[in-house]
Amino acid sequence: MTSGGIGRSVSAWAAGAFALFGGTAWANPEPNQLNMTKGAAEWSPYAMHMVALWVCVVIGVVVFGAMFVAMFRFRKSRGAVAEKWTHSTKLEVVWTVVPVIILIFLAHLATGGLTSFADTTNADMTIKVTGYQWKWRYDYVDYKGKGVDQVGFMSKLEETSDRTRQLKSNLDPDKIQVDGYHTYLLDVDKPLVVPVGTKIRFIIVGGDVIHSWWVPALGWKMDAIPGIANAAWTKIKEPGVYRGQCAELCGQDHGFMPIVVKAVPKAEFEQWLATQEDEAKVRKAAQTAQNAPAPAPQG
Amino acid sequence: MAHAATHDHHDHHGAPKGFFQRWVMSTNHKDIGTLYLIFSLTMFFIGGAFAMVIRAELFKPGMQLVQPYFFNEMTTMHALVMIFGAIMPSFVGLANWMIPLMVGAPDMALPRMNNLSFWIMPFAFILLLSTLFMPGGGPAGGWTMYPPLSLQGESIAYTIFAVHLMGISSIMGAINIIATILNMRAPGMDLLKMPVFVWSWLITAFLLIAVMPVLAGAVTMLLTDKYFHTNFFNAAGGGDPVLFQHIFWFFGHPEVYIMILPAFGIISEIIPTFARKPIFGYRAMVFAIASIAFLSFIVWAHHMFAVGLPMGAEIFFMYATMLIAVPTGVKVFNWVSTMWGGSMTFETPMLFSIAFVILFTIGGFSGLMLALAPADFQYHDTYFVVAHFHYVLVTGAAFSIMAAAYYWIPKWSGNMYSETWGKIHFWSSVISVNVLFFPQHFLGLAGMPRRIPDYNVAFANFNMISSIGGFWFGASQLIFLGVVIHCVFFSKKKAADRSWEGAKGLEWTVPSPAPFHTFDVPPVIHDDELAHGNTEH
Repeated sequence: MTSGGIGRSVSAWAAGAFALFGGTAWANPEPNQLNMTKGAAEWSPYAMHMVALWVCVVIGVVVFGAMFVAMFRFRKSRGAVAEKWTHSTKLEVVWTVVPVIILIFLAHLATGGLTSFADTTNADMTIKVTGYQWKWRYDYVDYKGKGVDQVGFMSKLEETSDRTRQLKSNLDPDKIQVDGYHTYLLDVDKPLVVPVGTKIRFIIVGGDVIHSWWVPALGWKMDAIPGIANAAWTKIKEPGVYRGQCAELCGQDHGFMPIVVKAVPKAEFEQWLATQEDEAKVRKAAQTAQNAPAPAPQG
Repeated sequence: MAHAATHDHHDHHGAPKGFFQRWVMSTNHKDIGTLYLIFSLTMFFIGGAFAMVIRAELFKPGMQLVQPYFFNEMTTMHALVMIFGAIMPSFVGLANWMIPLMVGAPDMALPRMNNLSFWIMPFAFILLLSTLFMPGGGPAGGWTMYPPLSLQGESIAYTIFAVHLMGISSIMGAINIIATILNMRAPGMDLLKMPVFVWSWLITAFLLIAVMPVLAGAVTMLLTDKYFHTNFFNAAGGGDPVLFQHIFWFFGHPEVYIMILPAFGIISEIIPTFARKPIFGYRAMVFAIASIAFLSFIVWAHHMFAVGLPMGAEIFFMYATMLIAVPTGVKVFNWVSTMWGGSMTFETPMLFSIAFVILFTIGGFSGLMLALAPADFQYHDTYFVVAHFHYVLVTGAAFSIMAAAYYWIPKWSGNMYSETWGKIHFWSSVISVNVLFFPQHFLGLAGMPRRIPDYNVAFANFNMISSIGGFWFGASQLIFLGVVIHCVFFSKKKAADRSWEGAKGLEWTVPSPAPFHTFDVPPVIHDDELAHGNTEH
């Protein structure tokens, strides 16, 4: 919003409000988005979030409502005379017990969410994610029970964004678009390609400092910590491009290491994977022929 | 020779004449309280200036003003200065001024240590702030100082020594407060007749003593990891970066309540005064503070839901965290019930207190949402969290401090502040602070991580609104400065001893301004004079 300013913002409210209550699911951040994305994966905390939100709204209306009634009715300027009571056991029991019941309900929901999230077993494929200052590395470990041979690559902020984000570059972030979506700081040179409808286990580690791998459309983030192999899973429902960012402060370019997950139909993915494996083989052969010391395989 | 001078005649008359004698050598709880308050207000503006840099850079997409590394220095320093320099010392200042007056004690129990615990603070902050002018720059790894990132910084040693000094100061302050409350109450000031503010500080002081050494230990391990080749947090050497987070948050979560429990105390004094009705459920209020303090020790890992804890740990910390909603709810309901059936007027301290109850509760709501671990996988480290903790710390802690300043400044200065300008300050602050922080909920939910210097254009509108609110809120605090200076030096309106019609408690039985020495002889206490003298329950 370098041009429109507040005016455009206000006029866009209607759309935003409609989206909030109309329940439109955005996979990627949209201008004036008010609410959490429903996500594109099987596991999503969206429903949990909405229940908690409405519980809070209802309690808020009751409590603040009572406060405003009190502020209106019991003003000295309206001749209110202070009463003397300071205690009511009945009321105090009520407002201790009722919150406990609400909390048990919320805890039940949340425990279910945690249990399903923690189950990384029976995955159809495994991808290792490594966070570096300030880029991500993806290594395909296995797919459908078979090991994947040397498919892995670095993924970093694409060049136009990188030029634009330099201090006083005078380049317009608004101009960076892919298929009509503004991708400033949310696009990479090489996205992570994954199949839809497949349970994918991610093994997430940190290469130098702690990072956090977060794609809002997948519904979770997981820290990438040196020395610890964290696990998480997703099963993406719809093909699409899902964008995210590093979510743990990791140094000066923390804001500039986006994540792009490209979910494609299974057949397309298998084709892509085969091509990658072939390329890796060719690369390896070329290296052996040159008899050069083998560098780390890079995409 | 010493015996001849044991009885100093000036001791019990007035303040020492010389500036250095009076302020630097002070052992008087009121003067030291004033020093703390002035210091914290100064830090509030310095930390605020850092916040202005942050909001200016985030005004629109693209990097316009500062390098990303400097931006990180600003977020780190803003937090350190606001937490350790503004919020905590101002509560200590209020404790210094008010606790002896409220319990009928002539001074703090350990007056010389009181002097030392204040005068450490300026040196700690000179050490910390000086890093900004050094070649390597200031700390830029966040106030949480997570390794390995924080160990990459060149100024980590300065930061650690500054934290050590602040910790020593806090521990000494806490010892002093506990000793004063437990030993120096006037006869008849039973523990369960004490003002809630005094209770809240008694409990807070125990929290401080319990957790400041933990922080000191954590940062000392950082220091030895950096300079003495230990491997506490170095995975390559067999250490564990997550260990630091556990230790840090074992300090950090009680620390959060250190910054809010005294606020609960303040609000529990102000609302009954302006509702002209005793506080509802005095004992429940005290027990609620105590149980929140207890719970604060068993919830630390809710700051770490995304580090990959085992599921059992996530469930435990989630349940424990959710439990906090119960005593906190009791407090909010009791404040509302205190207002119900009262005879209310809305002077500036009351306005800030009402805003506190509403906006702190909003911060509590987002806190409840954050407690739900699966949802936190989404909220964690986003602007939703930034909005949450600014609601509890700015419209919570900082608003309560402003309420306290307006409430007690007649007692401190002997003058009434300008009610008109106080109200202008209030309305300007309360509107701008919501313009500043409410849109950050949306930004976080939409997917904007915290601690980033630049962002996708989708986040542009709400960031611009937030920045405008930020500049407005910052400017509003200059009004506060003006009101305070006017009240202390220029106000013609003298304050009565009992400055507010509904005010009760020992502090209102001494003259305004409070003389240099009060309660040389313990007061005779009549329960009717106390704010909480006749609580049955």
